[in-house]
Amino acid sequence: MFDWIHLSIPPAPALFAQLLVGLINGAFYALLSLGLAVIFGLLNIINFAHGAQYMLGAFCAWFLLNALGLGYWPALVLAPLIVGVVGIAIERLLLRHIYRLDPLYGLLLTFGLALIIEGIFRQQYGSSGQPYAIPPELRGARNLGFMFLPNYRAWVILTSLAMCLATWFTIERTRLGAYLRAATENPVLVQAFGINVPRMITLTYGAGVALAALAGVMAAPIYQVSPLMGSNIIIVVFAVVVIGGMGSISGAIVSGFTLGLVEGLTKVFYPEASNTVIFVIMALVLLVKPAGFFGQVR
Amino acid sequence: MAQSGRSAWIITVVLLPCALAAPFVLYPVFLMEALCFALFACAFNLLIGYVGLLSFGHAAFFGCAAYITAHTVKVWGLPPEFGILAGVGVAALLGAVFGWLGIRRQGIYFAMITLALAQMVYFVALQVPFTGGEDGIQAVPRGRLLGVFGLDNTLTMYYFVLAVFLIGFGVIVRTINSPFGQVIKAIRENEPRATSLGYHADHYKLVVFILSAGLSGLAGSLKSLVFQLASLTDVEWTMSGWVVLMTLVGGLGTVFGPVVGAFFLVAMQHYLAQLGSWVTVVQGIIFVFCVLLFRRGIVGLIASYAEPRREVPAGEKPPELAGAAARET
Repeated sequence: MFDWIHLSIPPAPALFAQLLVGLINGAFYALLSLGLAVIFGLLNIINFAHGAQYMLGAFCAWFLLNALGLGYWPALVLAPLIVGVVGIAIERLLLRHIYRLDPLYGLLLTFGLALIIEGIFRQQYGSSGQPYAIPPELRGARNLGFMFLPNYRAWVILTSLAMCLATWFTIERTRLGAYLRAATENPVLVQAFGINVPRMITLTYGAGVALAALAGVMAAPIYQVSPLMGSNIIIVVFAVVVIGGMGSISGAIVSGFTLGLVEGLTKVFYPEASNTVIFVIMALVLLVKPAGFFGQVR
Repeated sequence: MAQSGRSAWIITVVLLPCALAAPFVLYPVFLMEALCFALFACAFNLLIGYVGLLSFGHAAFFGCAAYITAHTVKVWGLPPEFGILAGVGVAALLGAVFGWLGIRRQGIYFAMITLALAQMVYFVALQVPFTGGEDGIQAVPRGRLLGVFGLDNTLTMYYFVLAVFLIGFGVIVRTINSPFGQVIKAIRENEPRATSLGYHADHYKLVVFILSAGLSGLAGSLKSLVFQLASLTDVEWTMSGWVVLMTLVGGLGTVFGPVVGAFFLVAMQHYLAQLGSWVTVVQGIIFVFCVLLFRRGIVGLIASYAEPRREVPAGEKPPELAGAAARET
């Protein structure tokens, strides 16, 4: 009756390989949900365009390479900056007008933006992916004894961890972060103290978008650069956000990496469920802890 | 409130002859598609417009009912009326599960949860064998309604779709204008107060959610018979966005808004069909435009011109989302 369930103990190398894939996915989930959490904290908007901006980052790197001949390393800096500026323009021109409305309108507006961005790129490039080569410095793999670790994947995991920690440090431990947290709590009061809250909101949105673009650049050599890469990942990231709760930065990081690993493990033991496991976990978490693991009810 | 119910009936009676004559003037398949989506949008609007819950996962009910109807009619050989009932039943059951999980959170979280759950349904539909994967279920026979009316005749099919639409629409109008409808509007306006008056807010939300899911399923089942096809497009998240857009364009929380929005957008899609992915871009632009400048929608705007001096009566809200709806618990 259950012949469609293939439970078996996999060989160790396959296990570690899938764990690595899970860790890589987790790195992207963490970076993206981190950006979502930062934006949500200050703007009270769920940025549906986050996936599209992640895709923009990857395409930006691809353009820099194919049009200007700028390789991976310049793109790693330039693409987030460029996409971040696009984000700032979006905030100034569009999002600014809806802060006084119900937050659901923010979701709808950014959903529309995502459709526009993805539609344009789909029209231009179809649904197929464009290849992006791994930079020569990071090719190859090293033998860890129990498995081969491709250098580029190690780089992605370490860099995204570093970015997550840097963001966490900026928000939780610096003066700028203190302003940010204060403005999240009570923007009017912070403004009264002479801090330019609207500019802070603009820059926060820009920074959140830049984080998504950075994830996109790092993803370019692993997944192909495709117009659909954003919408595929953003819904999973939403589920990650519901599981972790929007309350804390560290929550976003921890739940991102953990769920990536869980997904990787599912691929080993029960591959049919690997696409759905995060959603199932979300449903279970909603039953037990509706506010999410790290969320505060407010 | 009774007044809005009465005016809805008057407009329906005026429009009915037009609807009966329409297939002789316009392309019937277009009309049937528009009616299916109008029913879908009305069902969706029941939730967002009257309970204030934005579901971003209604494609799950629509698509799942389309698959069930297509499968039961094609493989099991059920007559169309039972195929539709099966689709509606499964959609309502799915709605019960989604609603039970989703109403634990509100506002943006509710939207994200429904979106994620619907994505799960999408992946299931992609993997289970009976849905036919990328091909979908094709060449679904329309069969004979009650063993008498052959639905392969386009006109018969059209009047069947119209009748089902009117039944669904009537259920929605009746619900809104019933004492039950008053309670759900009270919950939308001020949930703590409704709770303090002794209403179990979550029970009411769940019932409306199931009703909305079931009616969305009805639309999906109907659509699978009209096009004789159930495919992955029906369960994809873009379909959820599509129904949000139809309701937004027509007017959130208005009785006729979703119908107008559905006809408008289905017509637009027919005219722009050759533009390929630009249709998505146009959809996105309409989304942005509606949110920034046109939040009342077509019908909401007409209503505000038709009755410019009318004070908003207690318990009735202009067709725009109030902040209360999205406050997180």
